[in-house]
Amino acid sequence: MAIGIGAWGIVAGVAMAKSGMGVPLAIFMSVLVYAGSAQIASLPLIAADAPMWVVWATTLCVSLRFMAFSFHYRPYFAHLPRPQRVALSYLMGDTNFALFIRRFPEHVPGQRYDEYFLGCALVTYGIWEVSIITGIVAGHGIPASWGLGFAGTMALLALTCTQLRSPSTWVAAVVAACAAVAAYALPLKLNIVVAIAAAVAVCVLMDHARASPAGAKR
Amino acid sequence: MSPSEIFFTTLGMAVISLLCRAFFLIPKQDLPMPGWLREGLRYAPIAALSAVVAPELVLTQGHLIDTWRDPRVFGAIAGLAIYAWRRSLFGTIVGGTGVMLALRFGLGW
Repeated sequence: MAIGIGAWGIVAGVAMAKSGMGVPLAIFMSVLVYAGSAQIASLPLIAADAPMWVVWATTLCVSLRFMAFSFHYRPYFAHLPRPQRVALSYLMGDTNFALFIRRFPEHVPGQRYDEYFLGCALVTYGIWEVSIITGIVAGHGIPASWGLGFAGTMALLALTCTQLRSPSTWVAAVVAACAAVAAYALPLKLNIVVAIAAAVAVCVLMDHARASPAGAKR
Repeated sequence: MSPSEIFFTTLGMAVISLLCRAFFLIPKQDLPMPGWLREGLRYAPIAALSAVVAPELVLTQGHLIDTWRDPRVFGAIAGLAIYAWRRSLFGTIVGGTGVMLALRFGLGW
């Protein structure tokens, strides 16, 4: 898993170096924002001198998927004090989430979920920061044709597979994939939001259709 | 943008990103929510992952690929096959990327 994160981090770092924002600011952003997809989405906007709110709106759209993650974490972390919950959520990411849910598909009271999460998240954070700063500093030395970014995509693909636990999740994955591709032309990376909404809508309708037998009056 | 503007933009991005991540962890009580939404949110994470991955595999510069000779597609298929076979995250990443690189550099796709 670390390979995927590391490769993806280097790619993100190189992209940041090439955007011409300068090494200190690029490192500052990586350490503080800690969201690869949001950082990469914001680069062309910053380079193009877009208004600040456009960059923020894009960040919001890219980060909306984290809201779904935080919803799922809630039962696991609800007993912790609030500052700790917020600190944990800062470390949330796609990789952590998929690994965590794979390890603990159901919430059973009394287990130390926060320790598993923290261990996993800190390793991820460390690898990510090291690789992205390597990318930022090495910058132009790494050609895009190496396909490092593809390793990151493969990592996410593998994680997607770990979440395919029931027929409904297959439907969700396929609907979201199609919608994300079809809606790609939307600005602000809204295609991700559209895809999630479409998949959730289809699956809820499907569950309801199955719950009430065909032809039954509602 | 000037460096100071980038600085403030970055601060804003950090706040927005954190608020999204913490959204359901901040309130003390469970948020009141209709049942269908609660059900539907179960599917949101898989949908999010899938929505991030799919465009990376089949789009080039925002356009659907128009040739079957695209190494990414075969890399992804190889990765999926390895996952189905071994259930290994590591194998999927290395195998998928390996196939993609082999096709790109070996066959010049």
